[in-house]
Amino acid sequence: MLYSEKVMEHFRNPRNVGQMENPDGIGHVGNPICGDIMELYIKVEDGKIVDARFQTFGCGAAIATSSMVTEMVKGKDIEEALRISNKAVAEALDGLPPVKMHCSVLAEQALKSAIEDYLKKSGRAKTKEETEVDDDG
Amino acid sequence: MRRVYLDNNATTPVHPLVLEAMIPFFKETFGNASSVHYFGQQAKKALEESREKVAAFIGAKAGEIVFTSGGTESDNLAIKGVAYANRAKGRHIITSSIEHHAVLNVCKQLEKKGFEVTYLPVNRYGEVSPESVEDAIRPDTILITVMHANNEVGTLQPIDAIGKIAKARQILFHTDAVQSVGKVPVNVDSFNVDLLSLSSHKIYGPKGVGALYVRRGTRILPLFQGGHHERRRRAGTENVPGVVGLGRACELAAENMDEEAGKLLALMDRLQSGLERKVEDVLLNGHPTKRLPNTLNMSFAGVEGESLLLNLDMEGIAVSTGSACTSGTLEPSHVLSAMGVDPQLAQGSLRFSLGRENTEEDIDYVLAVISDIVKRLRAISPFYKSSSSPS
Ligand SMILES: Cc1ncc(COP(=O)(O)O)c(C=O)c1O
Ligand SMILES: [Zn+2]
Repeated sequence: MLYSEKVMEHFRNPRNVGQMENPDGIGHVGNPICGDIMELYIKVEDGKIVDARFQTFGCGAAIATSSMVTEMVKGKDIEEALRISNKAVAEALDGLPPVKMHCSVLAEQALKSAIEDYLKKSGRAKTKEETEVDDDG
Repeated sequence: MRRVYLDNNATTPVHPLVLEAMIPFFKETFGNASSVHYFGQQAKKALEESREKVAAFIGAKAGEIVFTSGGTESDNLAIKGVAYANRAKGRHIITSSIEHHAVLNVCKQLEKKGFEVTYLPVNRYGEVSPESVEDAIRPDTILITVMHANNEVGTLQPIDAIGKIAKARQILFHTDAVQSVGKVPVNVDSFNVDLLSLSSHKIYGPKGVGALYVRRGTRILPLFQGGHHERRRRAGTENVPGVVGLGRACELAAENMDEEAGKLLALMDRLQSGLERKVEDVLLNGHPTKRLPNTLNMSFAGVEGESLLLNLDMEGIAVSTGSACTSGTLEPSHVLSAMGVDPQLAQGSLRFSLGRENTEEDIDYVLAVISDIVKRLRAISPFYKSSSSPS
């Protein structure tokens, strides 16, 4: 098993590492196959993802794909971000060894789960506002 | 870059004196040991001298040594050889849950062929209890196979006690001694074993050669058919240079083992105590004392083993890990699982296995770089919370 130079570069210097204060969405996923775990945070403004950060417990592929996916989503609107596949992330890293492809699924899932969380929260926020308005009235 | 090789349980570099002994057998003394002429007889002589050396090293007789292509073949030959030779007597085999795959997968294969296998549990140190062996014995048990030293954690099994039970109950006993030979004393009589596997490349010999000890009078069926080599127990023209290398490696191990073991133990203690001092939340996997003098398996809470391994590799340090992501099968180490190690800690396990070329400087170099690596990975980790500084 050999990683591409790009994978190793992201592994050595992962981008966007760490927690985020007041994220708009949090994705927390675990890979049941190998035990890798990833947490991804997004900040959304006007329907666009303006910032993304991550924390990952995982192998080289998991850390590199986490790093890459946070780079890829920045500046994308929600619709575009939802279309980012694990394959696209792997390709952006010049590929992953076949046995490591499952690790890239984690990055895709963490992103989807963060967006879902954002949609739910923003949705819930709206209903809350409405209820509050109702209460007031 | 400084390179520190701490993966000697995976394989070892060939000892210069072993290499020197082998070289004539590639070119000048190249004969086929089965040939009657001068060339063949020279090769045959070297083959038999090596057989004596290997036998002497483990307290056996030369006629009880079968040369093979390595530990994997020796394990296969021992287990399948006994199973098929004794299938009329019984179909039950006893082994442990922490064997090398060269034993476990043979047992799984035999289960498909109508044999029944009991996989004995181990305690948290990785030890099989002799009582559990005794309890597992059935009237149709034909073989007990329990490894001497575990390759991942180094734990030594109570092999004498298990051997006594096997002998008293007249059941054939095989041990995979691939990791213990050359590191701790191995003697087929004091162990009461009928079969014992060893491998050359773990003891500074060449790859692709090993031996199986088969006690006189023990019947085994060969794995494959061919010529009458190795007393019909292993067909195929003998790997004379390899066998000569193995013989020399055994000879050197016999000469140096005591001194070597003392040196390795001191280095390993230095590494273990250094890690415990410099890195928070590290845990030993394996028996604290009943262990190979060169094997240290530790878990680093909150970090995954492969990422740790890759970072160490970037600093020139070679180790191995029990992480699922590195295993190729995506399963966490079956050894650590059987020992009841928490899955996340198993994911974060590293095996340091020392060898004759390691020095104190090597150990100090590892200690100098590892704590920063662990800190960095823990900072990336979603669930590592330092135990000493709650934050
Ligand atoms: C305990 C044990 N048994 C068997 C083997 C297989 O030996 P070989 O590599 O010579 O086939 C190994 C090697 O990793 C081992 O550690
Ligand atoms: Zn992984």
